[in-house]
Amino acid sequence: MAQNAKVPFNGTKAQADELEKVLKGLKNVEGALMPALQQAQDIYGYLPIEVQEVIADRLGVSLAEVFGVATFYSQFTLTPKGKYKIGVCLGTACYVKGSGEIYAELQKQLGIESGITDDLVYSLDATRCIGCCGLAPVMTVNDDVYGKLTKDQIAGILAKYKA
Amino acid sequence: MVNIKINNIPVSVEEGTTILQAAKKIGIRIPTLCYMKDINAIGACRICVVEVKGARSLVAACVYPVNEGMEVFTDTPKVRASRKTTLELILSDHNKSCLSCDRNTHCELQDLSYEYGCDINRFSGEHHECEKDVSTPYLVRDNSKCVLCRRCVAVCRKIQEVGVIGPVKRGFKTHIGCAFENDLNDSPCVACGQCINVCPTGALHEREEIDEVRAAIADPEKIVIAGPAPSVRAGLGEEFGYPMGTNVEGKMITALRMLGFDKVFDVNFSADLTIMEEANELVERIQKGGKLPMFTSCSPGWVRYLEYYYPELIPNVSTCKSPQQMFGAIVKTYYAEKLGVDPSKLYVVSIMPCTAKKFEKGRPDQSASGYPDIDAVLTTRELAKMIKQNGILFNELVDGEVDSPLGIYTGAGVIFGATGGVMEAALRTAAETITGKPLENVEFKKVRGTKGIKEATYDIGGKTVKVAVASGIANAKKICEKVSKGKCDYTFIEIMCCPGGCVNGGGQPIMSSVVRENTDYKALRASVLYKADKKCGLRKSHDNPVIKEIYDNYLGKPGSHKAHEILHTSYVKRERYKK
Amino acid sequence: MNYNELVAIKERALKAMGPRAADHTLKEIKERTVLVCGGTGCTSGKSRVILEEFREEVAKAGLSDRVKVIMTGCFGLCALGPVVIVYPEGAFYSQVHPEYVHEIVESHLVNNTVLTKYLYKETVKEEGVIKALNETDFYRKQHRLALRNCGVIDPENVEEYIARDGYLALYKVLTSMSQDDVVKVMLDSGLRGRGGAGFPTGRKWMFAKASQADKKFVLCNADEGDPGAFMDRSVLEGDPHAVLEAMAIAAYTIGSDQGYIYVRAEYPIAVQRLRIAIKQANEYGLLGNNIFGTGFNFNVEVRLGAGAFVCGEETALMVSIEGNRGEPRPRPPFPAVKGLFAKPTILNNVETYANVAQIILNGAEWFASMGTEKSKGTKVFALGGKITNTGLVEVPMGTTLREIIEEIGGGIPNSKKFKAAQTGGPSGGCIPAEKMDVAIDYDNLIAIGSMMGSGGLIVMDEDNCMVDIAKFFLEFTVDESCGKCTPCRIGTKRLYELLTKVTNGTAELEDLDKMEELCKYIKENSLCGLGQTAPNPVLSTLRYFRDEYVAHVVEKRCPAGVCKNLVSYSIQPDKCKGCTACARKCPVGAISGTVKNPHVIDKAKCIKCGACMATCKFGAIVKG
Repeated sequence: MAQNAKVPFNGTKAQADELEKVLKGLKNVEGALMPALQQAQDIYGYLPIEVQEVIADRLGVSLAEVFGVATFYSQFTLTPKGKYKIGVCLGTACYVKGSGEIYAELQKQLGIESGITDDLVYSLDATRCIGCCGLAPVMTVNDDVYGKLTKDQIAGILAKYKA
Repeated sequence: MVNIKINNIPVSVEEGTTILQAAKKIGIRIPTLCYMKDINAIGACRICVVEVKGARSLVAACVYPVNEGMEVFTDTPKVRASRKTTLELILSDHNKSCLSCDRNTHCELQDLSYEYGCDINRFSGEHHECEKDVSTPYLVRDNSKCVLCRRCVAVCRKIQEVGVIGPVKRGFKTHIGCAFENDLNDSPCVACGQCINVCPTGALHEREEIDEVRAAIADPEKIVIAGPAPSVRAGLGEEFGYPMGTNVEGKMITALRMLGFDKVFDVNFSADLTIMEEANELVERIQKGGKLPMFTSCSPGWVRYLEYYYPELIPNVSTCKSPQQMFGAIVKTYYAEKLGVDPSKLYVVSIMPCTAKKFEKGRPDQSASGYPDIDAVLTTRELAKMIKQNGILFNELVDGEVDSPLGIYTGAGVIFGATGGVMEAALRTAAETITGKPLENVEFKKVRGTKGIKEATYDIGGKTVKVAVASGIANAKKICEKVSKGKCDYTFIEIMCCPGGCVNGGGQPIMSSVVRENTDYKALRASVLYKADKKCGLRKSHDNPVIKEIYDNYLGKPGSHKAHEILHTSYVKRERYKK
Repeated sequence: MNYNELVAIKERALKAMGPRAADHTLKEIKERTVLVCGGTGCTSGKSRVILEEFREEVAKAGLSDRVKVIMTGCFGLCALGPVVIVYPEGAFYSQVHPEYVHEIVESHLVNNTVLTKYLYKETVKEEGVIKALNETDFYRKQHRLALRNCGVIDPENVEEYIARDGYLALYKVLTSMSQDDVVKVMLDSGLRGRGGAGFPTGRKWMFAKASQADKKFVLCNADEGDPGAFMDRSVLEGDPHAVLEAMAIAAYTIGSDQGYIYVRAEYPIAVQRLRIAIKQANEYGLLGNNIFGTGFNFNVEVRLGAGAFVCGEETALMVSIEGNRGEPRPRPPFPAVKGLFAKPTILNNVETYANVAQIILNGAEWFASMGTEKSKGTKVFALGGKITNTGLVEVPMGTTLREIIEEIGGGIPNSKKFKAAQTGGPSGGCIPAEKMDVAIDYDNLIAIGSMMGSGGLIVMDEDNCMVDIAKFFLEFTVDESCGKCTPCRIGTKRLYELLTKVTNGTAELEDLDKMEELCKYIKENSLCGLGQTAPNPVLSTLRYFRDEYVAHVVEKRCPAGVCKNLVSYSIQPDKCKGCTACARKCPVGAISGTVKNPHVIDKAKCIKCGACMATCKFGAIVKG
């Protein structure tokens, strides 16, 4: 029942200081919780309990409320992402052009349904329309975009991103 | 005023009135599930949908305000069909083990399903994921029966302002949970049980101790002693069809005997004892310059709240054990000695309007005799359940009398169950202690009533004493903020965790949203206690003859070393976040 | 900032912009400018690298003082990205690679010879004469109003916006129009909300103006969540000031001094350009305090969404800005009375705002002269799916689907047959071939079971299974449902499960009736627009493609060959040459046979991946 603690939390002092700074800046902002979570995720890459506790405490909201917001929005993640974050667009334009098969192929090659590989190198997510419908079907690896994909290109693309 | 028609019946209501309220005015009950007066009005469940002429879709009556000329239809075939489908969809994601469910026959979902003739199998499919949370000693959360009405969340967030539960994830995966899906026991829950009281189904209930109590009763080695709290007699009757506000003390005592308890005492007695110690502590703090203002300590939910959220105020809390714990402590010391038996042979069961008491009995520093002061805690609901299970025809019982000596009480002990009661009882004793003169009028009416925060100033022996009374954690929080910032001049503060005090505790009989809508339940239940107080010959704790006897022959005087050992306790700072 | 200063900037900027400032097809202006598309599609195609390459190569060639290199917003023709246009010739280079840049600079910019081999073929007549972009099929029928500055100006330079009459409308409103005047213009223009239901913008403003409060808010909905729609993103990326100016006008009209723009976090470029635009507008005194010396104050803040489609719903968006789970609130009270932070609020989407300044400057009549009786002006559509010219097109309301798909969109590729067009995203429906000549406007789309939504237009051909498409949208809704109300939380889930039964071949005919009933129930009973429209994809496909559903249920067959459970592959022995290619390609070894003899597929082993069919050179493998 407890959180998926695959990766132990190892936030640094610098990260903690940055978070405190961010939260200080948000002290008198109306509706600060969303920006707080977003900036915290920018700092840590994800939102572990240790980070959410600090946010709850400084903003004076209950941890359950923070968690409720964090689990409502799909862009917030409670677990760290891989070194290479792979996203497959499952927007309509991509879907009708077969991005479902691209996703299945990635699942097969990475050996995961979604989430992160055991070696923490890759994480895989289905994403919403990223607005590159002209390039459908599309996948992204970190900031790189690959468009007009076919299944047999996947292995080649993955090969470019090694641990 | 706004003029509308409901089912072609004209009605004139104030602006801002909802369709639901307007319909009630002309004698129409629109069914609801997520709605609950003063607590939750979010239009989520869609049971209360009605047709409004000209509207694009059906509207939720619980939140839709009336406007001039509106024509509403509450019972068309379309409306009935919609409500039925909504219920059937809820049932398709519901653990339908209704036959033996804790809430069988008093479940709002069951009532509605009956009313709409639902086919429980019309829709089927995946159920939302859930695990039963049995981590705490006081409460069980069973999400398989949750209908996501969010009343529990509303009461936890808005009324108690602790917000330890809330909606998690979204869409079909939405469920009510604690932060990071942790167990409730790992969250800063105050154990008040208010969430149980508002739950329309069996998704929330107390952690039952009926089996343990039955085992003790069946054990020939054990002397099993019952001690019901003041509020139990004010609520128990509701479980047996008595109108709200009926005092069933006599029948309750008879029923407890019939259940097999060897002795039936009364926590009203130990409430008197609490006043002796607490009033003495207050007077000492005032006279010797102790930490003020002093908070009461009878409400374990409140104490737990303070330990989690305002640990810096721990020195302000009275060190007196609660009446429940004093009851067990005195039974296992004084009474055991009197009986000449080892305290291990005594099994003390308190009957409480409260779930936090189940937690309190396991606190450290609550074993005066070397054994836990209290062995088991039954809620008012559990007692009713046992009575029914044993085939006891409660309504036919003759009134019984409590056993001596620990059943003798004064009016001061009785009113503990209502917000302001502890304050009034303490003032009665403190005033006489300070002035040395008998009080002319024992009624301190300014601290009575169901208001969330009450303040009063009294002149006691030439000294001005400002007091405050708060019930419900949201109100307690306001007081704590003031005290913590040094922005108040109170001397003594009574705090009860549950709104309205113990009569509205998390262990009391459950009222449906309809009952809550139509009755002033807090005042009705409290009226039982104030009436009983008035009937008592003795109305001040220090006049209780048994109390006098115990001090004279056993404890010495209030605040004595022995009294401290047996009747006082200590508190701990609790971490809100699990490290 | 005062009027004279604004005009001075305008004149200065006009000169600096050269050919682009006027109609960018004009050729008489001789100055040379290279425009690199900075829309998201092109940026993913490395247009930033291309921009840098151009700047470097131009510098190397010593042309820096004569050739400007600028990144603009989206040109619209995303299928051809990355796109580069060189003026004055208007040469439209498509699918440009960074490696081409050196060659283009050398040939076109140094030697004045257009490099026709890299040009978009449609723009090249015989003998290499360049056709103006507006004469190509893709642009000819378009009427760019909301997108007028996209692809023309540098979105990170407020002066270029001013050059194109920017902030003149705000000036006009603040100095010569009363609040009621503005409301009247907006009402008379007939502008309706471009984000979904098409509520008249003027009425929204009128209600919010009428509310009495100490604080009011103006919000911009830039949480464009419909999969396949990206016009709002293009406006934000290509013309952010148009939105800011319109918000300021709205704020003046209702009496507000604070605005928020709620943008999808998935749109980093849009967010960045918005932030730059806000900063510049503040520096120029076009936002902030005492704008144009009139005493009017207006500040704008950007707030990011975090991946919840439901936050496009107005109350959910407000709840989200307040820092909560984006769960819609019941209405009434309407936002115009009680909105963000319980104050009167108006919310319009990006495309709606993009029309406002034009309406103020050109008048309500001008705007109302375009479009149909009840739908005025133009609409931007994001064309996608099985269509040759994917991209953004802006056409007058009332244009037919056929014109958009066949003429502007260039038809269906690979000579496949058109089956349906989906509009309105997850809230919309599928329009069949027989409705292709319906004039598209708000009311006609609703009449045929779809809706405008934000303007996604996805084309489907014979290879798409309509049950599968309905299921795709339902899955989206189930995933994006906030979970608050019963009909949407459980109802859509049960509907999705019924659809899955259909695609698995385990459904019965009664299930179709049950689905229809559930659809109607969900529409009638849901709390918000998301739930109320969620069944549309199912209802519209049931209405127009019921035969496909029936084929799945009765014949246990997927006519389009998409639903895997209902598909089987077999080898036609007469066509099979025994080349063994399929057997080698099969990932699970389900194909057996000897060389030069017909092969056989073991259906028990086959995982229906289709690899064999794709491999076979002889068309011997069939799906059915």
